[in-house]
Amino acid sequence: MSKLKFPSPGSIYFVVVCVLLYLPIFLLIIFSFNDATALVFPLKGFTLKWYGKLFENRELLRAVGNSVSIGLGSSLIATILGTMGAIAVVRFKLPGRSAFLAVAALPLVIPYVILGVSLLVLFNEIGIPLSAFAAGTAHVIISIPYAMLIVASRLAGFPDNLEEAAMDLGASYWGALLRVTIPICFPALLAAFLLCFTMSFDEYAIASFLVGTDATLPVYLYSQLRFPTRLPMVVALAAILMTVTMAVMLFTEWLRRAGQASTRKA
Amino acid sequence: MTDVAVELRNVTKLFSSKRGKSSEEVYAVKEMNLSIPRAKFFTLLGPSGCGKTTTLRLIAGFEMPTRGEVFIQGKPMSKIPPNLRPVNTVFQNYALFPHMNVAKNVGFGLEIKRVPKDERARLVHEALELVKLANMGDRRPSQLSGGQQQRVALARALVNRPAVLLLDEPLGALDLKLRKAMQIELKHIQEQVGITFVYVTHDQEEALTMSDVIAVIKDGVIQQLGDPLTLYKKPANKFVADFIGESNFLQGTVVGLGEGMARLTVAGQEVQVSAKAGGLEAGQAAMLTIRPEKIALSKPDGEGLTGTVRDMIYIGTDTRYLISLPDGETVVVRVQDACGCEVGAFTKGEQIKLHWSPEDAHLLTD
Repeated sequence: MSKLKFPSPGSIYFVVVCVLLYLPIFLLIIFSFNDATALVFPLKGFTLKWYGKLFENRELLRAVGNSVSIGLGSSLIATILGTMGAIAVVRFKLPGRSAFLAVAALPLVIPYVILGVSLLVLFNEIGIPLSAFAAGTAHVIISIPYAMLIVASRLAGFPDNLEEAAMDLGASYWGALLRVTIPICFPALLAAFLLCFTMSFDEYAIASFLVGTDATLPVYLYSQLRFPTRLPMVVALAAILMTVTMAVMLFTEWLRRAGQASTRKA
Repeated sequence: MTDVAVELRNVTKLFSSKRGKSSEEVYAVKEMNLSIPRAKFFTLLGPSGCGKTTTLRLIAGFEMPTRGEVFIQGKPMSKIPPNLRPVNTVFQNYALFPHMNVAKNVGFGLEIKRVPKDERARLVHEALELVKLANMGDRRPSQLSGGQQQRVALARALVNRPAVLLLDEPLGALDLKLRKAMQIELKHIQEQVGITFVYVTHDQEEALTMSDVIAVIKDGVIQQLGDPLTLYKKPANKFVADFIGESNFLQGTVVGLGEGMARLTVAGQEVQVSAKAGGLEAGQAAMLTIRPEKIALSKPDGEGLTGTVRDMIYIGTDTRYLISLPDGETVVVRVQDACGCEVGAFTKGEQIKLHWSPEDAHLLTD
């Protein structure tokens, strides 16, 4: 190809989309280092005090702790249940398979606000108090479809006669699962876990209905927006969250691709 | 021990297939009775969808028969799951474990059987040596060529010393040259280890090259069981004659019977064929089959069936002639160049005579 004197349309589209997507995040990060309470230009000067204040804030650190434990617990359980569902759907020709898939995918299409309200009603009825546990349970429900889809695509991507081959060589069904299926799916399991974790960590609507006094980070953040002086601190926190989330997502995607590449040739 | 490695008694396998709203049952294998002799290279040969792979999977235990029973070394298998059967399989796509290196793949069965580590390493090395991959133990399957992966799959199955080795079209994905080389090597390995091989293929040439015994299958039913020579020389029916090698089929009417032979009119002319005694009478319609290489061509002044050269195709070792009979039927004739006949001894549109020895032409009843 000859050298282009003008940028090609493709690269222009790419730049436009990138600017639209990342300009707000970029601004947020800039303002988190700005030495002023109001988020307006011109910038006043560089400071790290908002980040300093973050780490002195007990309530906030407790919210981070809540979010992390809800995230870890719910994504672990969602990954296990999602994997079981994926194996059931992909490996066994069950009657009512498509109905099962449709039901399992429901949390993907129900608005979280509605799901939050209905879970609030349900937990009230069966006597589960509003708590981190209630929010975690809800996060398991919304995470399962994602975990299931990720693991299912992995399972569908390698021939099922690998399990047959393992059994042919003397392994029981469980032996084949542990020695062949799970190790091959491991990158997908990890990717599913990380995705579920980020979802749980970011989720506001359902958590706001169910956490009670165990505020998660998003719930806490939202409550802080009422105090204008704390706004830059919230912005600093958002900047940290954004960076960590993006790093985790990039890592997840890298894992998924690495996993696919390792079996595609075999 | 018996001389039979695997026996199928009245085995039927039905699959239900849904077509629109009505579901119907389809026979994959139909009331099959089959004895596979020990330490032989046995081939299940048939077109795709004939039930040969299903038969293999019934022996491996991945499918259970709808009716009937599979015996391995005289023992009924109906309650034995695949992992406890004394058989191993080489899969069509090799099914190597991508997350393990070659040595681990080959040692998988031994590890499950808790063979001690030292002995395992020795056996794995032996097996890899057998397939000429002794120095490849550390590689990942994805770093190997198709032919090498195929050998690893073979070593992984053989290392367990199964009573029966099942091979499901293992050479299907290889290119022609490699496939030919592997055919000879597989046969060689089978003779070396003395394990019963049950081989599935749709390639008749491959079956003829390697097998001691071949079962030709169509629609879940065995059409003929025999050694390669018998199948080629004395096909039991039209399907076998057509599937194995190339055959001409000519419709005719029986006009006379003799000792082990019959006289037939084909395209208004009389010819002689070999025929089993009985079951035939004059005036009956019958089909005659003859291989293209068993027909000789001569100038129209001699004996034989009259025809016209419609086309000639030179294919290196042979020349193929397409001959039109007076009734419009086409007969294929293959003349080897080595026979001394000059290329182009006959020309297009020329009248010629076809003749053959009566023992090379057979009558088929179906």
